[in-house]
Amino acid sequence: MDWEMVIGLEIHAQLKTASKIFSASSTAYGAAPNTQANLVDLGYPGVLPVLNTEAVGMAVRFGLATHSTVAPRSVFARKNYFYPDLPKGYQISQYELPVVHDGYIDIDLDDGVTKRIGITRAHLEEDAGKSLHEDFHGMSGIDLNRAGTPLLEIVSEPDLRTAGEAVAYMKAIHQLVRYLDICDGNMQEGSFRCDANISVRPAGRHEFGTRAEIKNLNSFRYIERAILHEAERQIDILESGGSIVQETRLYDPDKDETRPMRTKEEANDYRYFPDPDLLPVVISEAEIEAVRRELPELPDEKRGRFVSAFGLSEYDARVLTSSRALADFYEAVAATVSDKKLAANWVMGDLSGALNKDGLDIETSRISAGALAGLLGRIEDGTISGKIAKQVFEAMWAGEGGADDVIEARGLKQITDTGAIEAIIEEVMAANPGQLEQYRSGKDKLFGYFVGQVMKATRGQANPALVNELLKKMLAG
Amino acid sequence: MHQHTLSELSGLLAGGEVSSVELTRHFLDRVASLDPSLNAFITVTADQALAAAVEADRRRSAGEAGPLTGVPIAHKDIFCTAGVKTSCGSRMLDSFVSPYDATVVERLDAAGVVCLGKTNMDEFAMGSSNETSWYGPVRNPWDLERVPGGSSGGSAAAVSARLAPAATGTDTGGSIRQPAALVGITGLKPTYGRVSRYGMIAFASSLDQAGTLTRSAEDAALLLTAMAGHDPRDSTCVDVPVPDYAAGLSGDLTGLRVGLVREFLDDGLDGDNRKAIEAAASVLQDLGAELVEVSLPNLGLSVPTYYVVAPAECSSNLSRFDGVRFGHRCEDPRDLLDLYERSRSEGFGAEVKRRILTGTYVLSAGYYDAYYLKAQKVRQLIAADFREAFGRADVLLGPTTPTPAFRLGEKTDNPVTMYLNDIYTIGANLAGLPGMSVPCGFVNDLPVGLHLIADHFDEGRLLNTAHAFQQATGWHRRAPEGAFA
Repeated sequence: MDWEMVIGLEIHAQLKTASKIFSASSTAYGAAPNTQANLVDLGYPGVLPVLNTEAVGMAVRFGLATHSTVAPRSVFARKNYFYPDLPKGYQISQYELPVVHDGYIDIDLDDGVTKRIGITRAHLEEDAGKSLHEDFHGMSGIDLNRAGTPLLEIVSEPDLRTAGEAVAYMKAIHQLVRYLDICDGNMQEGSFRCDANISVRPAGRHEFGTRAEIKNLNSFRYIERAILHEAERQIDILESGGSIVQETRLYDPDKDETRPMRTKEEANDYRYFPDPDLLPVVISEAEIEAVRRELPELPDEKRGRFVSAFGLSEYDARVLTSSRALADFYEAVAATVSDKKLAANWVMGDLSGALNKDGLDIETSRISAGALAGLLGRIEDGTISGKIAKQVFEAMWAGEGGADDVIEARGLKQITDTGAIEAIIEEVMAANPGQLEQYRSGKDKLFGYFVGQVMKATRGQANPALVNELLKKMLAG
Repeated sequence: MHQHTLSELSGLLAGGEVSSVELTRHFLDRVASLDPSLNAFITVTADQALAAAVEADRRRSAGEAGPLTGVPIAHKDIFCTAGVKTSCGSRMLDSFVSPYDATVVERLDAAGVVCLGKTNMDEFAMGSSNETSWYGPVRNPWDLERVPGGSSGGSAAAVSARLAPAATGTDTGGSIRQPAALVGITGLKPTYGRVSRYGMIAFASSLDQAGTLTRSAEDAALLLTAMAGHDPRDSTCVDVPVPDYAAGLSGDLTGLRVGLVREFLDDGLDGDNRKAIEAAASVLQDLGAELVEVSLPNLGLSVPTYYVVAPAECSSNLSRFDGVRFGHRCEDPRDLLDLYERSRSEGFGAEVKRRILTGTYVLSAGYYDAYYLKAQKVRQLIAADFREAFGRADVLLGPTTPTPAFRLGEKTDNPVTMYLNDIYTIGANLAGLPGMSVPCGFVNDLPVGLHLIADHFDEGRLLNTAHAFQQATGWHRRAPEGAFA
């Protein structure tokens, strides 16, 4: 039987606010345990939450970028359960009235097809702390630095049909939140993670099967593997006549398997109710418009503009707009270089290669956009050839200075003096009488050999076009 | 000296007739000798009080004193006080020393008051008789076999017995007004949002409001002026300007429309009580007020509504007392569940447990709509009744309690009869309105309270009504005799 997967994702994006969602503590990652938790984060008797409005602005930005409705009035609710890393015994989240709902994002699939994925809702909530179960001699340690960190939980419609689509969707959201500058997207630090709801059904059937929720997937690779694994598990059960239990499962990347955490019967009754300590979040049309005006150019728009304004291919435009930082870098290079394709090739080729090799990203590139533009300018004005430029690039990467410094210091300036090149050609012809004779008797292929000899004699610095032109004339005799 | 009101003491301090240190010593001595029979205090902070008095006297000689500088008061033990045990009347917090001050404490400190100590209260403010306290019941200074009311029973008894000129309290369903009535003093619950809740240990967040227990409306006005006002640490604290309430006490009631609430004065009210309330209404009329009849048709639903909303919020608010970070922790927990279960079983008393269970039930899946959601809708209806009534009247009038103080143990076995003690006071909490109880007579030698309710943020008019009444009657000057005289 052919099976079809039905997948919906709940993505948790940690918002880039300086302080927590309901307190003034810092949200910086990596501090010593419990040094970034104040009385509000610790849930002390008598303390009260106060909403960080910066988080609301970020949620609105996300809502507008996903064509969603931004709720004029949304409400924080308490989700009640006991856990040591949840200091108040409840998590403040949004339940019945989320700040953002009913939007979509278009994702590009490998076969070039664009698919629209519905976004059911996105709501604001506070993160819990961390329980540390190792190194405490049978006890557990609690670190509350993360408690109260703002999260935007983005819930998709069950519109995804393959693991590939799920990954493409997650990547699209990942790209978007970084474009919007509302989340750093750091998956290792847990700033961007997701839960996946997965069910399978016979191809062609309309009803959904029973789903399982896979918790805490924090890499693109894990999510793909976890979904494939979970679908296979469900299909095996169904094909051997069993039925799926609705439950929450945890993915173990080391064993590449999912295992049950709790079933529906064991699920908590969270006893949601509106948090009486917080007023409803009221957002006016004017406030929404103000956010809209400040919205940056989004990936799709930018990609379209790169194609139309710079004449790039769809493929190049997509690569260059994969992150806002890369796109900004490219635009800065292209601003002073007239051959936009040349700029694209260098950013996607030599620069990306060098970054990869050294494990850097575009923000920490050793060559600035201005410096790269300077190098490409020297190609365009004929000072150096494209081939020499690669040498100059390497020297610049190694910290030898700007393009002009390297060209000067290493004497790499292209030879464009006709007389000098003619003299070298004379020498090459004199040194290769046999080849000259063969060439003149019709063996045209030897032309390349002479070019090579001339370039070798000039250490690659002769202007290739001029060499071609003069050789053709002089070899002909 | 202890028979003086707060305002009078303020005048004596300003005139240099007494120092803060002298006053503080005097009241500390009274607490030491008389409180053993009342049990009004959980913690007496004598050393801190004397240090604060010295500082207050210094401020006064430096010309930096305000009207409250050097005046001793007591705080209900629900307000967090830095470096001082803050128990909330519970074993759960018997070991808890707050690392910070509540906004109310901070503001009164800034005004220069001297805190004598922390007063007894029903556990987590859940009770109407002060019998649910882990620290034992408080006794009524008018009759030691009777309750002082609750939950601010310690503050009420301390002020009534002249162990402190004034005290802070909190009122979620009547916890300031009901004990004030039962011990014959003046209790003010301001508008919800008038005073910050920051640092006040939460019982039911949408109902809790800090207020005052004093000997006169004038004293309440002085304290409220210092306590009230916007606090960025409490989102529900409203940014409305704070007038000088004491300066606004003209005593003139000309043209004031006083609404006699039909449902307050029906057959449920006992005869002698009713006479006292009706006499009080006549006094106001004689002072120039116009009496009109108003109705609050949904008021009968206020007790059941309250006993859904308040437990629901309390069940969540008290989840933080889990034995993990502060407060009571059981000995040698076997595992996490054991830690939670035993810490909470041991730390909380029976009434608190009853309300946590009730609240958990009404919020549970399948019951939420029938209880919590419905209660919130009824709450809207009750608020609408009040809105309508305030179209016809400026201040509403009725009794504070159905009866005078009852005997210790009289209602402890039947929670519902205990809950019905708050039948007249709960409406103001559900609608967020300011309310006061002022002494208006005696039944069987026990004080009776007149209940006044005003519209949102209309504390000025409320206080002036009470003030005019007190100027005309003097009931508020009556003190318990015998040992407390």
